[in-house]
Amino acid sequence: MLSVVIFLPVVVAIFLASIRRLPTAIARWVWVATAAVDLLLTVIIAVAPSPSSALRGEQRLSWMPGIGSSYHVGVDGLSLPLLVLTGVIFLVCAIWSLRATDRPRPQAALFLFLQSTCLGLFASQDLILFFVFFDLSIVGMYFVIAGWGHGNARRSALKFFLYTFLGSLALLLGFIGLYLGASPHTFDMVELSRAGAFTGTPVMAGFVLAAIVVGLAIKTPTFPFHSWLPPAHTDAPTIGSVVLASVLLKMGTYGFVRIAMPMLPDTWRSYAGVIVAVGIVSVLYGALVALAQTDVKRMIAFTSINHMGYIILAVGAAGIVGHNSEQAQQLAITGAVTQMVSHGLITGALFLLAGVLYDRTGSYDLRDYGGLARPAPRFAAFFAVAAFGSLGLPGFSGFIAEFQIFTGSIGTTWWALIALPGILITAVLLLRAFQQVFTGETKNRSEGFRDLFPRETASLAILMGLSVIIGVLPGPLLALIHPAVDSVIKVMTG
Amino acid sequence: MSAVLLAVIFLPAAAGVSLLLCGPRANRGAPAISISVATAALIAAVSVTVTRPEVSLAFISPTGATVAVDSLTAVLLPTITAVTLLVLIFAVAEKTQPEARFHGLMLVFAAAVILTVSSNSLPSLLAGWEIMGATSYALIGFHWRQPATMPAGFVAFTVTRAADLGLYAAAGAAIAGGVGWKLSDLAAAPSPWVHVIAAGVLIAGLGKAAQLPFSFWLSRAMEGPSPVSALLHSAAMVAMGAYLLLRLEPLLQVTGWAGPTAAWVGAATTIVLGVIALAQKDLKQLLAASTAAQLGFVILAAGIGATAGGTAQLIGHAATKALLFLGAGAWLTATGTKQLKALRGVARTWPLLGVLFLFGAVSLAGLPPFALWWTKDAVLAGALAASPALYTAGLIGAALSAAYSAKMIATVWAKPHPPERKLAEDKLWDAEKRGTRAVPPTVLAPMIVLAGGAALLGILAIPGVSTPFRALLGASSQPESTVPELVASAVIAATTVALVFWRGIPRIPGGVTWFGLERMAAITVAEPTLRLAGALYRFDRKLDATVDGSFATLNYTAMVIQRLDRVVDRTIDRGAGGVRGLGARVRGLQTGKISDYYAFAAVVTVGAVLLLIVVR
Repeated sequence: MLSVVIFLPVVVAIFLASIRRLPTAIARWVWVATAAVDLLLTVIIAVAPSPSSALRGEQRLSWMPGIGSSYHVGVDGLSLPLLVLTGVIFLVCAIWSLRATDRPRPQAALFLFLQSTCLGLFASQDLILFFVFFDLSIVGMYFVIAGWGHGNARRSALKFFLYTFLGSLALLLGFIGLYLGASPHTFDMVELSRAGAFTGTPVMAGFVLAAIVVGLAIKTPTFPFHSWLPPAHTDAPTIGSVVLASVLLKMGTYGFVRIAMPMLPDTWRSYAGVIVAVGIVSVLYGALVALAQTDVKRMIAFTSINHMGYIILAVGAAGIVGHNSEQAQQLAITGAVTQMVSHGLITGALFLLAGVLYDRTGSYDLRDYGGLARPAPRFAAFFAVAAFGSLGLPGFSGFIAEFQIFTGSIGTTWWALIALPGILITAVLLLRAFQQVFTGETKNRSEGFRDLFPRETASLAILMGLSVIIGVLPGPLLALIHPAVDSVIKVMTG
Repeated sequence: MSAVLLAVIFLPAAAGVSLLLCGPRANRGAPAISISVATAALIAAVSVTVTRPEVSLAFISPTGATVAVDSLTAVLLPTITAVTLLVLIFAVAEKTQPEARFHGLMLVFAAAVILTVSSNSLPSLLAGWEIMGATSYALIGFHWRQPATMPAGFVAFTVTRAADLGLYAAAGAAIAGGVGWKLSDLAAAPSPWVHVIAAGVLIAGLGKAAQLPFSFWLSRAMEGPSPVSALLHSAAMVAMGAYLLLRLEPLLQVTGWAGPTAAWVGAATTIVLGVIALAQKDLKQLLAASTAAQLGFVILAAGIGATAGGTAQLIGHAATKALLFLGAGAWLTATGTKQLKALRGVARTWPLLGVLFLFGAVSLAGLPPFALWWTKDAVLAGALAASPALYTAGLIGAALSAAYSAKMIATVWAKPHPPERKLAEDKLWDAEKRGTRAVPPTVLAPMIVLAGGAALLGILAIPGVSTPFRALLGASSQPESTVPELVASAVIAATTVALVFWRGIPRIPGGVTWFGLERMAAITVAEPTLRLAGALYRFDRKLDATVDGSFATLNYTAMVIQRLDRVVDRTIDRGAGGVRGLGARVRGLQTGKISDYYAFAAVVTVGAVLLLIVVR
């Protein structure tokens, strides 16, 4: 079942890519249908009753027995939310592209391929498999940016590719270190996550963790490895930006909770302070640099660095074990996973909204607009809702995530207090942008602006609707995440 | 009965969200829906004050959304829902448009306030608290096409959110201290966490209540429509800041320093904002400054633990100030201005409105036997018991209240000469919008109810009469006003009013601009932050350039290596043992160790990437 979820998109992708004379309309609807079916299957896995501790949909096939690597997939509370998120995001992209005119058939095929790599990554329980999907997703995204981007797309795509590919090599180095450090040698993530699996020396563990953290930090990205993100977002096509922000960035943060923390728990604890510092710097740096932007896409890109910073802060703080820390650790990690989902939904919506600006007028510059709420009230309403969601207003998923992250992180370390202004600065910059574009006198490029089309409204409604559901009724999501978080904490506290 | 409590919160919320989602299509039905929902909420609120239900719902933590009606909530819930209903009736009478957006936002706002005041747990309290802030932003910027409104909402939202960070810090410290998020447990946190919790709560409360140094956001908030000001700055929003400190008064006391700090900040605000109010030339600005000043008494009460007096003052002020804001709003609609100079003698043109406004102003002045005379004195009785210095500061604040109220009364009831009046009507009216020159009776109806409150709510603080109220709040042992105190404050108020009538108000340099409080915040916080953001952005571009540079270096190195490689190749080809040497090298790689394979794979991939760049 899980394998079907993973490979269904790529099978359809091959079909789409190979039939050259397929009518465009059919290609578009095949894409939507595939994404919808795949999401449905994922949801079935998610809601099916299962003993809380076991992996769902687990499957293990012999692949490279000589090196202790197998085709091992399975999902739990850390990965299922991201799997569902991936399904939602790709479905939204498919709906958004129902009127796409630029090579729709190859685009559909490419995105379906990309979807398979993302799903595969989150379902992997084997490091080699994880790595393969990780790299394939980079390749897929490279073609998305280079092929469908605008502006300086090729250059940005190459920068994205080189930078994240270098990151993946660091990751690979770390994985090899994990393999060598485990006895018996294995790439199996379940086995590596058992307490005491890593038997290498602390020095070696330090180097292995460093390699993994650098690899993941580039992907996340955190300060100072974020330089690839703003150009990649600025020049990527709208749905490319959405997938990049909503799904691909999560591969980095997911790696922290899935690989770095449980596989090297002692080392993680020793260096937790460093991770916290990186998180705090990313939070403040991302927010402040975003404050200085006038290009809406670059601004959202930098707020992503800020939002990812909260996750890094939380996973770092969760490594600080002390007085009364169990509840705080649980809050921090649960908050981190919630934030991955929340950021995927809300930032996805923000990039779609930025795409509307570009579609209509060809400009991302905030200063080119004013009073847009008059010609495009629905667009304005969605932007306002997404902005408030992104700044962490209660009632949206962002609050559930950030409240847990902050209370959990402050619960283990006072230093987390320094990151608090981050939620104020993002509020300032998002509302400033909103006011600049939508309120006041209607002028410049706002004149004659077409309001949202139904497919655009539908896509945005799906994303923001889910964010509100999580924001108001976080219970089911948190219940899904909790058991997996508990086992991470158990491994980490020994 | 717990369903009724949930209905008080979710009925307005659901109705409000529905109105907002329907948009302009719902304009026609919005007023009727809004009034009926607000009425239902009021009835439900009154009924839960009798039954006192408690409901725990899971929200982030298993009991994260605990709502309950304890004694403080029991007295505030009817106040809030009643003022909301009256303000909405006024707004319908005034035809505030577009209706769906206005009533939708007002109902969501009201629901957030109700959630705040009935929450017993930090997550749901903070949820209500922040939604209240966000909807206030949308309400202040309601007429978003006018350039000044949105920036005003923005200032209000960012300043209060800055203070809200205190609640996030408090929630974190509660986890660190191991006491959880139940409000009543917070005071039990061990040191040092209890101090962080108290500091966070104090900052959040002072920010929302527009106390020093946060007061300036209230000035900007006056850009909102009159009904918005009437609700936000009487029974809701700012009142919630004071409510939070009243509710968590035991926490403030337990730290030793937070209580006195709150008391002195409150006292300072009554004086400083009282002076600012005195200096205003715009009626709504005067009322705004007086709101912060009057809430200063409540904060003072919370700081010294005089919760009965503080709560009475909060309720009395809610009715009084809602009345005054509605009066100012009715005149704004009629005359198109809120400048005091232009409003000279308007009470004589619309005498019924003038009399109602007088009720509010006399109560605000602290003249007997109106509400705020009693309630303020109950606070001052507590202050006298706590510290004579605090009492003196409170008396100065009371004198200032009398002075700015007298200024309003003297203005609207002035008797300008006919030519002067004609001139004002011709030149000064319609400065802000086109006046209707009419005050319909429907507008006055809600004001009559509020005037009753401003006159009679003193019963909450009359020694002897207020016994049930004090017993309800569990505050029977708190000090009560004595006759000499009551007489003293009445004499002070009456003398001040007489002085103002006789001599007028002296010029107060800087008062009109609120002593530059906003400018100071801009210079000390906002501008440095923006400069830092700009500097970091420049740094980021340099960082980016360095990364690009290093890729270029890599590129160059690759070319060099490639050339070198060709040279080596040629050498090997020429050499007789070339093939054998190559074979040995390859064999060396086939060690069977996975690490070697991957190291090799890594080198190959890097090579492939470099090739990609070169070929490009």
